[in-house]
Order: sequence, then structure tokens, then C-alpha cells
Amino acid sequence: MSQLPLRAQLASALGRTAATLSRATGRGDGSVIGGRVGLMLEPDLLRKLATDRKLALVSATNGKTTTTRLIASALMELGEVATNAFGANMPAGHVSALSGAKHAPFAVLEVDEKYLPEVLDTTNAGIVTLMNLSRDQMDRAAEIWLLAQKWRRALAGKPAHVIANCDDPLVTWGASTAARVTWVSGGQRWREDSWCCPECGGPLDRGGSREMGQQGSVHWACRECTFHRPEPDWVLDGEDVIDPHGRRWRLDLQLPGEANRSNAAIALATVDAFGLDPARALPRLRTVTSVAGRYTTVERDGRALRLLLAKNPAGWLEAFEVSDPRLPIILSVNAQGPDGRDTSWLWDVDYRILRGRPVYVTGERRLDLALRLDVAGIPFQLCDSFDQAVAALPLGRIDVIANYTAFQQIRTEFGRAV
Amino acid sequence: MQSELSIVWIYPDLLSTYGDQGNALVLEQRARARGVPTRIHHVRSSDPVPQQGDIYLIGGGEDRPQILGAERLRKDGGLQSAIARGAAMLAVCAGYQIMGSVFGGEEGQPVPGLELLDISSSRGERRAVGELAAEVDPALRLPTLTGFENHMGVTRLGPGVRPLSRTIVGTGNGDGTEGCVAGKIIGTYLHGPALARNPALADLLLSWAIGPLPPVNDEWYQRLRDERLSAVLGDQA
Ligand SMILES: [Zn+2]
Repeated sequence: MSQLPLRAQLASALGRTAATLSRATGRGDGSVIGGRVGLMLEPDLLRKLATDRKLALVSATNGKTTTTRLIASALMELGEVATNAFGANMPAGHVSALSGAKHAPFAVLEVDEKYLPEVLDTTNAGIVTLMNLSRDQMDRAAEIWLLAQKWRRALAGKPAHVIANCDDPLVTWGASTAARVTWVSGGQRWREDSWCCPECGGPLDRGGSREMGQQGSVHWACRECTFHRPEPDWVLDGEDVIDPHGRRWRLDLQLPGEANRSNAAIALATVDAFGLDPARALPRLRTVTSVAGRYTTVERDGRALRLLLAKNPAGWLEAFEVSDPRLPIILSVNAQGPDGRDTSWLWDVDYRILRGRPVYVTGERRLDLALRLDVAGIPFQLCDSFDQAVAALPLGRIDVIANYTAFQQIRTEFGRAV
Repeated sequence: MQSELSIVWIYPDLLSTYGDQGNALVLEQRARARGVPTRIHHVRSSDPVPQQGDIYLIGGGEDRPQILGAERLRKDGGLQSAIARGAAMLAVCAGYQIMGSVFGGEEGQPVPGLELLDISSSRGERRAVGELAAEVDPALRLPTLTGFENHMGVTRLGPGVRPLSRTIVGTGNGDGTEGCVAGKIIGTYLHGPALARNPALADLLLSWAIGPLPPVNDEWYQRLRDERLSAVLGDQA
């Protein structure tokens, strides 16, 4: 990596300076602006920075920041790791991450789903990790069948080793043109986007249904064509992961919830492709307690607030699973650019699970959420600000679920809590 | 209507990309608020469309699901029978296009629709994404239409339909009008939970199915409408 041509070295150094300035002026994590300056000076920079490293790309609708963090933490067992830890998941962020750790022999990059084909082409990554695809902020994201189609085209004919969640039919379809795939049964909590076969459009039958008999509930197969769930090499089984040798590993993560156990199963399969055994990887996964503010608990005026991020319907489902049903809850929703300007997705979330809990609603689009809860028959209190919501709550533990920019605003109030 | 109001949501497995469930939930809430027992039927694309429903809903979707949905509805025939019987329908975005004679497929190729509305659609040059506001046909006596659109379609209205509204902000059909109405069918590009932002439109559909309706408490609907309309129209609101 130290063999970068002079122009690329200069571009990368200038990028780092801009990143330092951005952090110093408090305008951001600095991870994107640095990369943008670098890319403008040297469009080929990403390719050059990626050369000669063992690189994994991580993509999905949900859990990519957390899974990237888990993989990077485990790989430190083997040596220095370059990674975009702040979730800056487009090429500018990748340049910034790689130029920040020039000599790291290993790299793990979280990649925005739309950018995966481009980044794979540019970097020639040896490993690609794919977890799930579901409806996201549709006013800016690509449509997900189309997205999976683009993954197929990008992976076809490349040597990359893909690690993919075979419990998600769309991910399976997107991954199945790859030369080599390790299938992980990581579960699928949100199913509203996979009732139809991505191959032929026919109905997908699920395990436990009349058509599928006693198969496990994660099993699926098309009723009209041959497309079906591949046999997994790795299996998430409750609190345990079973590896391809049949060894059972208790996860014991500090990160909460089934979605994170699934992320950990995928991470173990990914680092195995780097030659790292679960026995060495697991202790490192267990050291991860929060990821860019997610799952962290912050204190204010005698209240302990646990921060959960939920950016789309599948993310809300995961946040509800982690949330403690005995606690009051603050919900905060914005609709700025990164959130998607359209709040329609609120109607895909089933809020009835909140029945019986004290619910406080805030955020820039609180009226959209208020109406949504009203129609669901969930009583709530509308608050003009996050502070007002906190002040209205009794002392003690409180859960907070917020979407992207709402989450960042709350995190900033607590000094960019990590 | 028989003993209960039957709302039929067509193909949530194919055509439900943008919170389309919201329209069914809003109709259910507003019918129940009038003491009308209501049931929502989710009809998957592998199942026949029941013919005895009162209000049919069909939502938005990607290109491939839209083509598949149109093919299956044409083959099934249940929706066509229900409409011939006098059932009401709200068709949204991709579902709206399916109701016409033709719409544009993945590569812009023409795909035949159900011909329940005298419209024809094709792919436009640019994606229309953003808030939309429009003045509704005065004959319908409805307040300003508000919602969000996200589509690439251009729709031409034939003599058999009337425009639902004239756009103030947004693209709609592409000719200054948005949506259309014919008999008891409403088509619109306002995607997802269009009825959450337009409770009067929900009540129009309900009144077609069950007759005149007493008013209900609209506080949260109204507050959201006021906020959105003033955000989009500013002083014009
Ligand atoms: Zn199939």
C-alpha cells in the first residue's frame, strides 16, 4: 500500500487534512469530506488504495454498520484493519477509510446497496457479505428487485467469495450468480418484501405452511419454479451459531436482540473466510457494546435513555424486539434527505405492539407519526422537542427509537454519544 | 354492503411498496368511527380476487411486480366483475396505471391493462418525486388534495374519465392534472397512504359504499394536513 503513485499519495494526504478540519470545526465525523477531496483529485484512488489488501465489502438494507464493526473487531485478531467505522458507506467514505490506514493488510467496508456493483468493480474485493434487502426510503433508494438484479450482474464472472443470508430470498437470488457462496441461515424477521419469487414472480411457500409441511419456519421455496432456499453452511440457532464443522458456539454478545445475533453469525462466517476461527473471533465480537451511538445508554436528569436507531420498517421491527416492553418509550421521526422525504413507510410499521406503554412522540414529522398512532389506536403524548419529551417522563429507564437524522440530533445533544 | 363493510386489498405481496396498507387502515378506522363493522381482506397474487367486496384498494409497486399484477388480474377477472357490480375502488400509482388500457414496462414496452379506466400510461423522461398539492374537481366538493408522488409515469385521460384534480405543486398525470375519477373508481399518483392525508377522499369512497356519513373527529388528520399544506404551499395555503 505504500507503493501508491505520488499523485494518489498527495490526493490521499489532502483528503486526510480536510477530514481533520471537518472534525475540528465540529461539522461531522470527517469521514466523507476527506474522501470527497481525495476522489476529486484522483478518481482511481479507491482502486489503488484497495490493491494488495484482503478486503471484504458488507451490504444490506439493515445492519451493515453493526456487521462491519463486528467483522473489523474480529479481524484485529489478525492485524491492522482499515474500516469506515462511521457508516460513510459510499466511495468517498471508502477512500477516506482506506487512506486513513494505509498499511493495514485487512479492510472491511460497509457499502451502500446501490453502490455495491460500482465498488466491487473498482476494488475487486475478495469477499462480499450480504445480509438482507427490504423496503427502505423509497424516494431515493433503488427498488429492491432491481437492486438484487444489479447485484447478480455485478457478481457474475467475478472471483469474489460471497457470504450471504440464505433465509432472505431476495438476497439469495442476488448472490446466486457468484462463483462461490457460503450460505448463512441468519433468519429473516421482516418478510413483507419476500412473498413472491424473485426468479419467476410465483408465490414463495414458507416452512410450517401447508405446502411445506414440517420444514423449519426459515425454509422457503417457489411453488412454480425450482428456486428454493439453499442448504446453509452456518446456522444461527437461538443464542448459538453452528459452524460448517457442526461445532456449536454460544454467542453471548453485549449487543442486544436477534438481529444482532444474526449480524454476528454473518460476521463469524465472513472472518472464517479470512482464516479466523470462531474460537478467536468470538471474544472480540463480545467486546462490542454499541455502534455509532446505537444501543448506547445516555443519562439526563435522572433518566437513563437507551438509543435505538430504526430507519425503515424492518429496522423498527428489530428495534421493537430489543425494546423493553415495561418501559416508557420516546419515538422521534424526521424526513430530511438521509431519512427519505416521504413518511409513507410509517404505515408499514405495526405500532400495535406499543399498546399499554407510555408513548411520547417527537421529531420534525411528529404529526405524521401522531396520526399513524391514532389510527392504530395507540394513546400517545405529542412533544414539541426531545427535551420536552424527556422532561415529561418519570425518572428511570426509557427507550428511544429514532430514524436517521432524528437519531443524529439526539446523539449530538449528548456529545455524539458512541 | 352486507353485514359488514368489506375492504379488499389487492396483492399486498406484489403491489405494496409505500405504506399502501395505510389506505385500508384509514378506511377501517373511519368506518368503525361511524359504527360500521369492517373487515380488511388481504388478497395475495396467488389467490382469486373475491367479487363481493365493497371497496377495492390496489397500490404501488416496481416494474416487474406491476406487470405480474396486471397479468394475474386480467386472468383472474374477479376485480372486473366486482367493478361491474358497482363496487368502489381506489387505485394508486402502479395500480392506477394497471386500470387503464396500457402502461409502460421495464424497458418502456407497452403492457396491456384492465381497461377499467379510460386512460393510457407510458414512461416519462424524469422521475417525479416529491410533495404534491392539487385542487379537486369542484363537482366532488373536496378540499385540496395533498400527498407524495414518486413515479415515472405519464398518463393521458380519455373522454371516459374526468381529472380528479388540477395540480398546484407536483407532476401528477403530467399535463397539469392529477388522477382521475369515473363512476366509483378513483385513480391517483398520490402513493402509499393517500387517504391519511385526504380523509375527505376516504369518506367519499365510504359514502359510495354505505351512503351518507355523519362527521367524525378529524383532529390529527387536520393537523397533519395543515402542516403539510403550509409547508408545500406556504402563503398560498
Ligand atoms: Zn419461482
